[in-house]
Amino acid sequence: MSRQTEIFVVGGGPAGLSAAIVAAELGAKVLLVDDNATLGGQLIKQTHRFFGSSARDAGIRGIAIAEKLCQEVQARKKNLQVLLNTSAVGFYGDGEAGILSPDRYEKVTYERVVVGTGAVENSLNFENNDLPGIYGAGAVQTLMNVHGIRPGHKILMVGSGNIGLIVSYQLLQAGVQVIGVVEAMPTIGGYLVHASKIRRLGVPIMTGHTIVKALGTDGVTGALLCRLDDKFQRIPNTEFEVACDCICLAVGLSPLIDLFQQAKCKMVYIPELGGLVPLHDGNMRTTNPRVYVAGDASGIEEATTAILGGRIAGARAYESIHGPSATAQKIVDDANLELKSLRAGSTGDRIRWGRERLSQEIAAC
Amino acid sequence: MSLRIEEHPILTFKKGKKVTFTFDGKKLEGFEGEPIAAALHAAGIRLLRHSPHKNRARGFFCAIGRCSSCMMEVNGVVNTMTCITPLAAGMDVKTQKGHGVIKP
Repeated sequence: MSRQTEIFVVGGGPAGLSAAIVAAELGAKVLLVDDNATLGGQLIKQTHRFFGSSARDAGIRGIAIAEKLCQEVQARKKNLQVLLNTSAVGFYGDGEAGILSPDRYEKVTYERVVVGTGAVENSLNFENNDLPGIYGAGAVQTLMNVHGIRPGHKILMVGSGNIGLIVSYQLLQAGVQVIGVVEAMPTIGGYLVHASKIRRLGVPIMTGHTIVKALGTDGVTGALLCRLDDKFQRIPNTEFEVACDCICLAVGLSPLIDLFQQAKCKMVYIPELGGLVPLHDGNMRTTNPRVYVAGDASGIEEATTAILGGRIAGARAYESIHGPSATAQKIVDDANLELKSLRAGSTGDRIRWGRERLSQEIAAC
Repeated sequence: MSLRIEEHPILTFKKGKKVTFTFDGKKLEGFEGEPIAAALHAAGIRLLRHSPHKNRARGFFCAIGRCSSCMMEVNGVVNTMTCITPLAAGMDVKTQKGHGVIKP
């Protein structure tokens, strides 16, 4: 069987949903696929209140944002079709993609595609890092906040970025003892407000430390930690053991980029954006004129910026088929204004540098 | 203390009906619709397979069907990603060794 659409959206997280909602609102025929059983992407496990901009979802929990986006999808189902449990497995020829559902494989022909595949969690190199009981921070959130199951009784957190800090707090809320947060850098990576929250509850944050090995044979029973010098080298004779039954790795994310590579989009390596990302302009268009990008796949950031990037991608993808639209332009202008304020200040430094490098690469291209 | 969260300051968990399934021949209980790996985890089981080359113990890692660390044999089908496969009554779940054997 084959399906035909104007705008094909891959991924039902904040970016893909926003792109689909905007494109459908403007009048395009949209097909969205997601390989999960529910829409919302990683928002469905985020119980914390978002900072965001006051205009968009600040103070609202991630789970509520997911519900809101799903309602907007429902309201536009006349020209926005959603297929769950369905993966976009590859592009074939120009404007053709294959989608795989549990019971069938179909072809999709489209005018434009917005790819919002998100990211995958990074692991970390240390001895025994494959033991059962070592989980990514997203996995811990899924198990705990979606399925209502604690990852263990005593957990060690590795990484003090915002995810490590927020998930530590969520673990405490679920009744798990967090024995400490290990951070290789000399300072805490995330916002101080998140760090203070867990420190007030007695969780030590060990900066300038790393994990040497996980202890245990069939599962984690503890960890060996040590101190690091200012060149990130292990300081001899500083090793010490801690007892825990699981270890959570919150050591960053990498954009999920397979589809862009397959679509022959030019890729660039920008560490500030999480690694390899498809080169894209301010309209979120990649070097393959049919392909747009949004969300973490365009650079690791957070859900509010993913929503805004998705709105820009959806609006511009619509315009590239139907011609300029004042409504679309307004959506893009508003989104850009919000993005600018979200990325302002010292906490947005890395993202701004990363995006600056991206625009230099585009200019040279 | 059970690993199942009974009370949470923010969340309430909607559970499917309680079902039984077998894990390596043993009878276990879980809730219909939750991932197989989650039901096993709640029952205290986190060793899901042994790696092909070094026979290392493996559990799940990403819990969203990306990393392939959680593959087990389910109802005779090897390499089933148990972190995203919903539990159903009477399922026969087995620890997987290596790449598993596809029976003709």
